[in-house]
Amino acid sequence: MNEWAAASPTVTALLGLVAGWLLVGGLGLVRPTGVGWVARVLFPLGALIGLGVAAAGVVSLMPAFATQQVVLPLGLPDLPFHVRLDALSGFFLVLLGVAGAGISIFSAGYFRAGEGTAPGLLCLQYHVFLASMAMVVLADDAYLFMVAWETMALSSYFLVTTQHRLPEIRRAGFLYLLMAHVGALGILLCFGVLHGGSWQMTFDAMRASTLAPLWAGIAFLLALVGFGTKAGMVPLHVWLPEAHPAAPSPVSAMMSGLMLKTAIYGLLRVSLDLLSVGPWWWGVLALVMGLFTALYGVIFAAVQTDMKRLLAYSSIENIGLILAGIGLVLIFRTFDLRVLAALALAAVLIHAFNHALFKSLLFLATGSVMHATGERSLGKLGGLIRRMPWVAAFALIGSLAIAGLPPLNGFVSEWLLLQTFLQSPHIPHAFLDMIVPLGAAVIALAAALAGYVMVKFYGVVFLGQHRESSLATARDASRLERIGLGWLALGCVLVGAFPQVALDVAGRVTQALVGATAQRGPSPWWMTPTAANQASYSGLWYWAGLLLVTGVTFLLVRRFYRGRSRRTAPWDCGYPWQTPRMQDSAEGFGQPIRHLFGPIFKIEREVPRPSDVAPAYRIEIEDRFWVACYQPIGRLLQRVTERMAVLQGGRLSVYLLYSFLTLIFLLVCVL
Amino acid sequence: MTWAVYLWQLGVCLCAIGLAPLFAGWVGQCRALLQNRSAPSLWQPYRVLRKLFHKEATLANDASWLFRGAPYVVFAAMVLAAAIIPSLTTELPAARVADAIALVGLFATARMFMALAAMDVGTAFGTMGARREMMIGFLTEPALLMVLFNAFLMAGTTALPAIVQNTLTQSQVTLHPSLAFAAVAFVMVLLAENARLPIDNPTTHLELTMIHEAMTLEYSARHLALIEWASWLKLFNYACIGFTLFAPWGIATHGVSPGGIALAMLALVAKLAVAGAALALFETASAKLRLFRAPEFLTMAFLLAVLGLLVHLLLKG
Repeated sequence: MNEWAAASPTVTALLGLVAGWLLVGGLGLVRPTGVGWVARVLFPLGALIGLGVAAAGVVSLMPAFATQQVVLPLGLPDLPFHVRLDALSGFFLVLLGVAGAGISIFSAGYFRAGEGTAPGLLCLQYHVFLASMAMVVLADDAYLFMVAWETMALSSYFLVTTQHRLPEIRRAGFLYLLMAHVGALGILLCFGVLHGGSWQMTFDAMRASTLAPLWAGIAFLLALVGFGTKAGMVPLHVWLPEAHPAAPSPVSAMMSGLMLKTAIYGLLRVSLDLLSVGPWWWGVLALVMGLFTALYGVIFAAVQTDMKRLLAYSSIENIGLILAGIGLVLIFRTFDLRVLAALALAAVLIHAFNHALFKSLLFLATGSVMHATGERSLGKLGGLIRRMPWVAAFALIGSLAIAGLPPLNGFVSEWLLLQTFLQSPHIPHAFLDMIVPLGAAVIALAAALAGYVMVKFYGVVFLGQHRESSLATARDASRLERIGLGWLALGCVLVGAFPQVALDVAGRVTQALVGATAQRGPSPWWMTPTAANQASYSGLWYWAGLLLVTGVTFLLVRRFYRGRSRRTAPWDCGYPWQTPRMQDSAEGFGQPIRHLFGPIFKIEREVPRPSDVAPAYRIEIEDRFWVACYQPIGRLLQRVTERMAVLQGGRLSVYLLYSFLTLIFLLVCVL
Repeated sequence: MTWAVYLWQLGVCLCAIGLAPLFAGWVGQCRALLQNRSAPSLWQPYRVLRKLFHKEATLANDASWLFRGAPYVVFAAMVLAAAIIPSLTTELPAARVADAIALVGLFATARMFMALAAMDVGTAFGTMGARREMMIGFLTEPALLMVLFNAFLMAGTTALPAIVQNTLTQSQVTLHPSLAFAAVAFVMVLLAENARLPIDNPTTHLELTMIHEAMTLEYSARHLALIEWASWLKLFNYACIGFTLFAPWGIATHGVSPGGIALAMLALVAKLAVAGAALALFETASAKLRLFRAPEFLTMAFLLAVLGLLVHLLLKG
C-alpha cells in the first residue's frame, strides 16, 4: 500500500479526495432530515474537496508530471481496478473540480427548503454522483470504467427524480435511465471490440492491440453512439430536454456542465488514445453529426418556453460544436497534420471547459429564479433584474459568454474553432479540402443563433415588466448561492482574459494525445495559435480597451453634459395604456425562428376564434425525431410485448409446463 | 518611435468618431437630392448631437442599470471597431489585439446590448424591435463572417491590415470571382445591418415597420445621442470594412508618415463620397421589403458568401 502511495502521490491523493466525497455523502445519512447539517457543513465540505480535485488535476498538467498508474486491491478476484492519471484525465478533473466546487457551494444555499428526497439522502446521491464522475475520468480498465459509468447514471437518475411524486418527473427519469442504458450498451460493446481478442480489459492492453480496419471502424461507431447518447448527440438527444428540467437546478447544472463532459472525455479517450489512427470518414462523420447537432439544438432552443428546456437545448448545441471540433481533430490526425490536430483539440478542450462554467452558471441562476418565484415557464417571469440584481448580473455574464461575445470565454473557444476551420484547406485530400472549410458557415450560423437564444432567455426572464404580479415580491439569492454564481462568473471572465493560459494548459493534453501543441504566444497576454502574423487575439488588452473606451466616454459625457435626468412613465410612441402582457412572450420572441425553420418542427397550434368567450392560445412544438424515430420503436415494442403477454396466463400449471419444456429443451441441447 | 504608432492609433479613432456624422450627413443630403427634396445641411448630424447633448434626459420609471449602461457599451464597441479597421493606415496596434473575427464579435456585442436595453423597459415596441433586430442579426452575422472568410482564405490571415497589405502587394489587379460573390453579399449585409432600405428605413417613424428606431424609442438626450452616434459610426465602419476588403488603394502601408496619412485621408474621403452617393442611389431606387421577405434577402447574402468560399476553394488547385 505504501509503495504505490510513494510512487504515485497524486493519484493517491485523488483517490483520497474521491473517498472524501463518498464519506461526505455517507455523513448525510447521519441526520437524513437535517437541512442545516447538510447545507451548512456537508455541501461546503464537498466544495472544498472539489477544489482539492481541481488542484490535483492542475498538478497533473504541470510540465514535469509523468503519468501515474495504480492497481487497486478492489474489485473482483483476478479483476482488480486499474487507475491512471495522465494529462487528459487531469484536464477533465480540473473541469470537474472547478465547476463542481461552484455548484456545491451554491447547493449549500439552495437545498435549504428540503424538496422531494430527504436532504441527507440527496447529499449522498449528489456526492456519489461527483465521485463516480471522477472515477470515470480516472479509470484505466473497462471494468472500472463501466462500474463508475453505471454508478454515475444511477446516482444521477435518483437525483433527476428528486421530486418523484410528480408523474411527469418519473416519466422523464425513466426515459433518461433507458437512454443511459442504450448508451452504456454501446460503450460496453465498444470495449468488447477494443480488446482485440486478448480478453484483457485494461486500457494498456487495448492500446497495444491492433484491430483490423473493419473492427476499428465498428469500435469507433459504437463509441460514437454510446458516448453520443450520453452527450446528447442528435438524434440520440431526446432524454436531455426532458431530464434537465425535471432535475433540481444544481443537478441540472452538474448534468449539463459536468456529466456531458465525461461523455466527451470518453469519446476522446477511445478515439484518440485507445484506437490507432483511423480513416478520414471517422472524422467526417463526427464533424457532420456535430454540425447537425449544433444547428438542431440551437434552433430548438430558440422556440422553447421553459427556461430550463431552453438551456438543455443550448447544451445540445454546445455539444455539437465540441463534436464538430473532435471531427476536425480526427480528420487532421488521419492526414498526420499534427499541429492542426492539436489546435482543433485545444479548441475542443477549452470549449468543454467553458461550457462547464457558463452552462452551470445559467442553470444555477434558473435555480435561484425558481426558488424566488416558483416559476419555470418563461411566460410567467420578467423584470427580475430589479428584484434580483445579483443573480441578474451573474446571469448576464453567463448569457454573454454563451453567446460567444468577446472578451468572455465563449468567444475564445469559438475563435479557436473558426481558426481551425480556416486551416482546413491544408488537408491533402481532393474533396475534403473544399468541403470541410464550409463547416465554418454552420458554426457561424449556430453561434449567431446562440446570441438570439440568449437575448430571448435573458430578456424574457430578467428584463421588462413582471408578467405576474407575484414577482414583485421575489427576493435575491442567498449569500452562499451568490458565491457559487460569482465563482463560475469569475471563471468565465478569467478564461476570457487569459486565453493563452488555457491554450498552454490544453497544450499538455494535445502533446500527449496527438504529439504536438498549438504555437505559443510571445507572452501570456497574447494568443497566436498558428502564427503571429496570421491570427492574434489578446483577451486582456481587449478587456482593457473596452473598459477604457467605455470609461472615457462615460467621464466625458458626465463632464460636458449639461442636462439632468428625470424619471417618467415610458414613452412607447405615446400609447397611454400599457400592460405587461403587451410585451413579447417567449412564444412571440421565438416566432421568427418558428416561421423561418418551420419544416423542422412539428407544430400543433390552437388559435382562438372571434366568438370564444375565454380566448386561449396554445402552441406545442414537438421534436420530429421523437415522432418519427422513437414513437414507432416504442409502438413496436409495445406490440411485441403485448403478444408475449399471452404467455403470462396467470395459471401455475402453465408456468410449470414452461419450466418443464425449457428443461427438456436444454437437455436436448446438452445431449 | 513606438509611441508615434499609438498616437496614430488614437488619431484613427478620433478621425472615425469625427467623420462618421459627416458621412451620415452626406448620405442624407444625397438621398434628399435624389428624392427631389430640399437637402438638409451636411452638418445636420452634428446639430442633432448638440441638441441631444443639451436636453434633459428622461428615463422610464422601471429602467434598470442595463438600460442606462447600454449606450456607453454600444458606443465603445463601435469606437473599438473603428480602431481595428485599417481605414487610414495598416500600422494599427489594436488590430493585433482583436482580429476580424473579434470585429464581428464587437458588432454582435453592440447588437446584443442594444436588444437587451430595448427589452428592459418592457414596452410593446421595444421588445418588437429587439426581436426583429435579432432576427436580422442572426443572419447578417454569419454572412459577414463568411464574407471575411473569403478574404481570410485569400490572404491566409485573419488580421485586417495584413489582408490590405496582401491585396496591395499583388502585382497585377486580378478580379477574383470569389470576391465578386463576397462583394455582393457584403453590400446586402451592409444595408441590413445599418437599418437601411430595403430592410429598414432610417427615417421611418411608422410604428409597425421600424426595427432600429423601435429599439431606441425609450432613449432620450445623452443616451440617444450616444446611440445615434454609434449607429453613424457603424455605417462608417462598414464602409471602411468594404474599402479594406474590396478597394484598399490609398491606405498607408509602409510606416506612418504624415504625408502618407494625408494621402490616405484624401483617398478615404473620396471613397466615402462615392460610397455615400451610391448608398443613397441604391436606397432611392429600392422599396422596403415586407418583414418576412427580409430573411430571404439575408439568406441570399449568406449563401452568396458561402458560394464565394466554395468558388475560391474550387479554383485554388
